[in-house]
Amino acid sequence: MKELSLFLGCLIPNRYPGIEKATKLVLDRLDIKWSELKEASCCPAPGVFRSFDRITWLALASRNLALAEEKNTDLLTICNGCFSSLSDANNILKSDGNLRNEVNTHLKKIGKEYLGTIDVRHIIEFLYRDIGAKTLGKFIEKPLEVRCAVHYGCHLLKPTKDRKLGKSECPVFFDELVEATGAMSVPYEGKTSCCGAGGGVRSAMPETSLKMTEYKLERMNKAGVDCIVNACPFCHLQYDAGQVELAKTGKVYSLPLVHYSQLLGLALGYTPDEVGLHLNAIISPEFEEKIAQIQKRNNSD
Amino acid sequence: MKSKDTLTCFQCGTCTASCPSGRYTSLNVRRIVKDSIKKDVSDEPELWMCTTCYNCMERCPRGIRITDEILRLRSEAVRKGKILLAHRNVCRYLIETGHAIPLDDAHNAMREKIGLSLPETVHKYPKALREVKTLLKSTGFDELIKE
Repeated sequence: MKELSLFLGCLIPNRYPGIEKATKLVLDRLDIKWSELKEASCCPAPGVFRSFDRITWLALASRNLALAEEKNTDLLTICNGCFSSLSDANNILKSDGNLRNEVNTHLKKIGKEYLGTIDVRHIIEFLYRDIGAKTLGKFIEKPLEVRCAVHYGCHLLKPTKDRKLGKSECPVFFDELVEATGAMSVPYEGKTSCCGAGGGVRSAMPETSLKMTEYKLERMNKAGVDCIVNACPFCHLQYDAGQVELAKTGKVYSLPLVHYSQLLGLALGYTPDEVGLHLNAIISPEFEEKIAQIQKRNNSD
Repeated sequence: MKSKDTLTCFQCGTCTASCPSGRYTSLNVRRIVKDSIKKDVSDEPELWMCTTCYNCMERCPRGIRITDEILRLRSEAVRKGKILLAHRNVCRYLIETGHAIPLDDAHNAMREKIGLSLPETVHKYPKALREVKTLLKSTGFDELIKE
C-alpha cells in the first residue's frame, strides 16, 4: 500500500473545514501515513464540468493525479464528487492511450505528465478495505450510542462496474463502519436515493433539488434518528443548507449532519467542537448534549 | 446525435421509474433516450434536471450507459451555447480561482476558528493557479463558456 496524499477539493476546505480537521485528526490517531496534496485544484466537479467538456474535465483531473504521482502516493478523497471525478478520470486515462496522449499534450504546457501510476481512494472505501470495520472497532474504547441515518451518496456506489464496491441497492460496508463506532445504523425507506444536489441541479434548479432532499429528510425523520451520517460534503451541504431552506416554508427538521470523519472523531473522544460540528448550519443542542453525556460517561468509566 | 449504445434501447421505462428527479420534474429519461436517436435534444431543459445519480444506468436491462449518454448530450448542448446562468457562473469561478466553490472571508474566518490556516490548494500557491488557467485555456474551456 502506498502512502496517501489528502486531496481536499472545494467544499471541504472552503465551506466545511470541520470535515478537513476531523479527517486529519482521525488519520493521525489511526496512525495512517498521509500528507497534504499541495497545489491541487477543483477535482473538477463531475456535475457541471464533466457535462460541459470531457477533455477539460480529464485534463484538470490529470493535473491533480499527476501531483500525487510526483509524490508516489495514492490520492485520498473525502468527497464522493472528487472520488467520482478523479477515480473515473484515472481509470479512463489508464486504459485509453489516445486520450492519455491528448491530455498529456495539454499537461506538457505546464511541465507535467500523467503516467497512470497511482490509485484514487475514498476514505470510506479505504477504511473498509485496508483497515476493516473490525480492526477499526478496536480503536474505539467506548461505544458512541447514537441512532444514525446513513447516507452513502450516489457516487460512492455507482457506477458499480467502476466502483467495484458491490451492489448499489442494499450496500452494507458504510453501515459496518458506522456500527464499528458503536453507533446504530437505523434502516429507513429510500436509503440509497439521491440527496438531490448532484449534476448541477442544486445550483441551477434549487427548488427541484430541495424536493428530493425533503423526500429523504421526511423518511430519515420518521425513522427516529439523532443525526445523518454521510461520506460527501455536497450531500452534507444539501441536507444542512436544505433544512434551513425548508424551514422557511414551515417544514422544520432538526437533523445534524455528521461526515464519517467527524463521527469517527467523536468516537475517538474528540469533542463536537473539535470535529467542527458547530460549523454546520443545523445545530442540535440535544445531539451535542447526548454526545457530551456519552463522552463524560466514557471518561469516568 | 445518436450513439450506437442507445439504439439497443427497447423503451421499457425502467430508467424513468428509477429516476429521483423524474418523481418531481418533467425529466423522462426514456423519452430523452428515444428522442436523441432521431433528433437534436440540445434545447430540452430536462437534460439539466438529472442529478447523475446513475440509478437508470445501474438498472437498465440493456446495459446502456444512460447517465454517460446524458452527459454526452449535455456537452453537445454546451457546444451550441446552451448554458444555464448558474452553471456559467460556476465555470467562471473555476477559471478565476481554480475552484468551483472558492474560499471567502467568512469561511476563512471559520477555518481560523478551528486552527486551520489557508488550505494547501491553488488558493495558497499562485503558480499552481497559473497552471490551472493555462490548462483551461489550452483545452479551450474559457472560449467554450464565453457568452
